[in-house]
Amino acid sequence: MRDLFTADAGPLLINITLLAILFIVALAIARLRSLFAIVMLSGVYSLVSAAWYISVDAVDVGYTEAAVGAGMSTAVLLGAMLLTARTAKPEKPLSKLGPFLVCGATAAMLIYATVDLPGLGDPNSPANTGPGMTYVHVNWFDTGVPNVVTSVLASYRGFDTMGETVVVFVAGLAVAMLLGFGERSLAETLRNKKRKGKEGDAS
Amino acid sequence: MKSDHHVILRVIGKCFIPLIVIYGFYVQFHGEVGPGGAFQAGVVLAVAIILHSLTFGLATTMRAVPPVFARTLAAVGVLIYVGVGFWSMMQGGLFLEYQALFGEPPGGHDGQHAGIIIVELGVLFAVTGAMITIFYALAGRVAEIRDEDW
Amino acid sequence: MVEFVLERAGYWAIICLMMIGLYIAFSAENLIKRLVGLSIFQTTICLFYVSLAKVSGGTAPILLPEDTPYHSDPVHDGVNGPDSLLAATGERFADLHHLYSNPLPHVLMLTAIVVGVATLSLGLALIVRIREAYGTIEADEVREIDMQTAFAQELEADKDIKEASA
Repeated sequence: MRDLFTADAGPLLINITLLAILFIVALAIARLRSLFAIVMLSGVYSLVSAAWYISVDAVDVGYTEAAVGAGMSTAVLLGAMLLTARTAKPEKPLSKLGPFLVCGATAAMLIYATVDLPGLGDPNSPANTGPGMTYVHVNWFDTGVPNVVTSVLASYRGFDTMGETVVVFVAGLAVAMLLGFGERSLAETLRNKKRKGKEGDAS
Repeated sequence: MKSDHHVILRVIGKCFIPLIVIYGFYVQFHGEVGPGGAFQAGVVLAVAIILHSLTFGLATTMRAVPPVFARTLAAVGVLIYVGVGFWSMMQGGLFLEYQALFGEPPGGHDGQHAGIIIVELGVLFAVTGAMITIFYALAGRVAEIRDEDW
Repeated sequence: MVEFVLERAGYWAIICLMMIGLYIAFSAENLIKRLVGLSIFQTTICLFYVSLAKVSGGTAPILLPEDTPYHSDPVHDGVNGPDSLLAATGERFADLHHLYSNPLPHVLMLTAIVVGVATLSLGLALIVRIREAYGTIEADEVREIDMQTAFAQELEADKDIKEASA
C-alpha cells in the first residue's frame, strides 16, 4: 500500500487528471446542442488524449493525435458544419432510454471482462512478451533506425502502411468526387461569375 | 488602399506559414531518430496551406497550390510507395524487402535507410495531397445556409 | 484488493469514455454530432490499445544511445570494422540497457488515427450531400422524407396500374 504512493504517484495523478478532463469533455459533448461547441470540444478531447498518450510513453501516437485529431479533423468538422447546420434539434425525452440501456449493458460486460486482463503496465502480459518486444530487441541490428515505431511502421510492417496510405488517398479522392465538382463547387462558381462578367461587358 | 481589418492576422500568418512548412520537413526527416514521421509531417504541411487559405482567401491559395496539383501529389505518393516495393522485387527480394535494394547481407543498413526514407516521402506526398484535397472540397463548397440559423 | 482496483481503474475509466462515445453515436439524431461521437469512440479505442502497450518503468520506444552502439556496415567497412563481430556472428537479438514500452500497438494506432480522419471527412462529405438533397441533417427527418417519397411513389404506381387496367 505504501509503495503505491511513493513509487508511481506522479504519473498516476497525471493519468487520473487527464482521464477526468476527458470524461468531463465527453459528457459535455453528449449534453450540448450547439454544433460549434461540440466540434470545438471534440478538438479539446483529441488534444487532452494526446497529452495522455505522452504520459503512457506513446510519443508518436500523441504527436499524430495532436496534429491529426486536434488540428485536421477539427478543421474538417468546422468546414462541414458551416455547410450544414449550426444547432442540433432538441432530443425527445424518452428516446435516450434505449441507447442508455444498451451502453450500460455493454459497459458492464466490458468491465467484467477486464478482471481477466493483466494490470496496467504489467511487463509480463501477453501483449508485452510477444512480437512487439522482439521488434525492440532486433530493430537496431536489422534496420539501424533508433525510432522503433518508425522502423516497424515503414519496414517490418511496410505492407500494412501501404494499405493505410492507399486508404487515405482513396478517401481524399472520394471526398473530391462527392464535393469538389458540380454546380456548387468553387470552380463552377468562379466560372459562372466570369461568364456573368463577360455578359455584363457585352451588354 | 482600402482599410483591411485582418491586417494583423495576415502579417502573423505570413510569418508563421514558412515556419510551419520548415517544421513539417523537420518532422519528416527526423522521424527516424525522434518522434514524428511522414503521417504527422504530411498533416503539418497541409495545415500550413490551410492557414494560408484562412488568412488570404481560398481563391488565392488555389492559385498558389491548384487542386489538380494536390490530387496529383496524393497519387504520386502512392505510386512512390508501390514503386519501392517493385524496385525491391526487381532486385530479387520480396515486395517491400528493403534489405534486397542494394543486395546487402543482413546487418547492412543502406537499403533499409533508403527504403524507409523513400517510402516515408511517398506517405508524405499522399497524406499532404489527400488532406489538401479534402480541405479544398469542403471549403470550396458554396453554402446556402441562412443567417438566422446562427 | 486496492492494488487490483488501482491496476484496472484506468481500463474502467477508458471503458466509460468508450461508452459515452457509443451513446452519443446511438442517441444523437444530428448526423454531425453522431460522427463526433463515433470519432470519440475511435479515439478511446486507441487509448485502450496504447494503455495495453505500457510497460511500467519503461520509456518511449526510441532507442537511447546506450542501446545503439556503432554498427559496422559489412559492405562499406569490410569485415574488420569496429563491432564487426556483432555483424559477423549475426547476433540479431540485442540485450538492452533500458526498458522500453511496446511499440507494436503504437504503430497500429498511429495509422488508425490518420485513417480515422480520412474516413471522418468522407462521412462529412456524405452529410453535406445529404443536407443539399434533403435540407436537413437530422436522421429522423431524413427518414420521414424518405418514407413520404416512398408512399408518394407507391400511390403513383398504383394509379398507373389502375389507368392501364381501365
